[in-house]
Amino acid sequence: MRRDPNDLDRYTASERVTHWIVGIGFILAGLSGLVLFHPAFWPFTMLFGSSTWTRILHPWFGVVMAVAFLLMVLQFWKLNTMGKVDWQWLGRIGEMVSGDDQNMPEQGKYNGGQKLLFWLLVLGTVLLLVSGIALWRAWFHFPVEQVRWAAVVHAATAAVMIGLIMLHVYASIWVRSTIRAMWYGTVTRAWARQHHRAWYRQMTGIDK
Amino acid sequence: MVWQSLDIRRRSATTTPMPQAREAVEVAKLIDISQCIGCKACQVACMEWNDLRQEVGYCVGVYDNPPDLTAKAWTVMRFTEMENDGRLEWLIRKDGCMHCQDPGCLKACPAPGAIVQYANGIVEFHQEHCIGCGYCLTGCPFNIPRLSDQDHKAYKCTLCSDRVAVGQVPACIKTCPTGALHFGSKEDMKEHAEQRIADLQSRGFANAGLYDPPGVGGTHVMYVLQHADHPEWYAGLPQDPAISPLVEVWKGWTKPLAIGVMAAGVLASLIHYVMKGPNEISKETEKEVENETRPE
Ligand code: HEM
Ligand code: SF4
Ligand code: SF4
Repeated sequence: MRRDPNDLDRYTASERVTHWIVGIGFILAGLSGLVLFHPAFWPFTMLFGSSTWTRILHPWFGVVMAVAFLLMVLQFWKLNTMGKVDWQWLGRIGEMVSGDDQNMPEQGKYNGGQKLLFWLLVLGTVLLLVSGIALWRAWFHFPVEQVRWAAVVHAATAAVMIGLIMLHVYASIWVRSTIRAMWYGTVTRAWARQHHRAWYRQMTGIDK
Repeated sequence: MVWQSLDIRRRSATTTPMPQAREAVEVAKLIDISQCIGCKACQVACMEWNDLRQEVGYCVGVYDNPPDLTAKAWTVMRFTEMENDGRLEWLIRKDGCMHCQDPGCLKACPAPGAIVQYANGIVEFHQEHCIGCGYCLTGCPFNIPRLSDQDHKAYKCTLCSDRVAVGQVPACIKTCPTGALHFGSKEDMKEHAEQRIADLQSRGFANAGLYDPPGVGGTHVMYVLQHADHPEWYAGLPQDPAISPLVEVWKGWTKPLAIGVMAAGVLASLIHYVMKGPNEISKETEKEVENETRPE
């Protein structure tokens, strides 16, 4: 639904649905995985029926998340190739964080931070998938030394990924009018012009 | 043996200390390999007492039967034939949980109370708390626990903690016809082992010795080995077992650190928001865009 004829399309319905599947899958995998990560998170077992159900369900949440994310990667990887201007943007990220983003290098559909995050999440998902399969004793039998490596890799990658996703969520909350792009796919022109000037010009043909 | 109160000294996935006030005698099983004839009476006694009936399998060409530990076979005799200085030796090792003083299974287990260690040293799995993740298999340096195909819980030798609690020796000890198996306080078992080792040494086994590996803090199941310098001859008994450094990293201070960093990240976001306020679209941009797109 377009609320204002001037709004710009940022995501198609199928892109939004895939993203929500990834997001929900990640939250469920994260909450259930943390149960096994440290007993401080044991109360999360109540979200999944029981502690044993938590153990049974976790890898399936993970697989759903990973498969949906890899589909998303096919949709988005071209838009996330890093260029010189992206590294320049990252070099000046301090200004952005301090809330002084007026002079940041001009950004296309994604800024350098979003692109770097994208590739880190691709790497993380592949690591989680591979190590998760090695840990999955219900279905697979790997030599114990490999399982030990997998446990370290899976736990460390999961911790880093949870941190990255918290950053991702915070950025979308902090930068106002962003979340609507994931709800109904459109953003205002003003939003696009302020945060993704090059994309704004490309979308509107306005050369300013 | 006297009756034992099964005070829990350590408990899996538990970060505060267990009761420590009451002292308990540490127990141990001593397996004197030089006196074992491989009759498997102990395997039968274990099945009997613990109501276990491993499915009847097939002969795989060696005497080991069943060929491996299972969720229903908590002890298995492992037979090794070898030639030593032109003499045939038949090394028969009763395999099963070593009841480590520093158990890797317990360290790895994520389920509170699924693995406990009693004050007397016995390590026991409490299946009603087990979630079936198999982390204990990953943590154990001796390849002992097995996940059941039936209920997806982990099982292993209990050292007959139920018998020990009421002053009985484990079922395997009770049944051994040759006196290869002994049970008592760990101190007494070490003393008995010393006599056996002296005897073996006087009879040509110069390297006879006790297997009580310090890498896992010692064990509550010990072996008298004719060749203590070559534990690996005994169906791959590890030379110097210890909890894998990978398991130590995985289950060590890294976890609280990671939780601290994650919590700091959440707090930092909140503080950032409070200090900087939301990143809103500036009034000028809004006005400029209005003028561009809706002139007049
Ligand atoms: C990609 C597919 C994934 C698979 C196949 C997978 C599989 C597994 C398995 C088998 C375990 C052991 C516990 C169990 O059996 O349930 C585990 C633990 C864990 N998983 Fe995953 N997982 C996946 C994705 C994820 C994701 C997306 C997260 C979220 C951050 C995650 C976080 C964790 C954590 C924190 C643990 C506990 C690690 C520890 O014990 O230290 N996993 N995973
Ligand atoms: S031998 Fe393995 S299962 Fe037995 S106490 Fe030691 S670590 Fe645990
Ligand atoms: S399988 Fe059971 S006993 Fe073994 S680590 Fe997992 S919860 Fe603990």
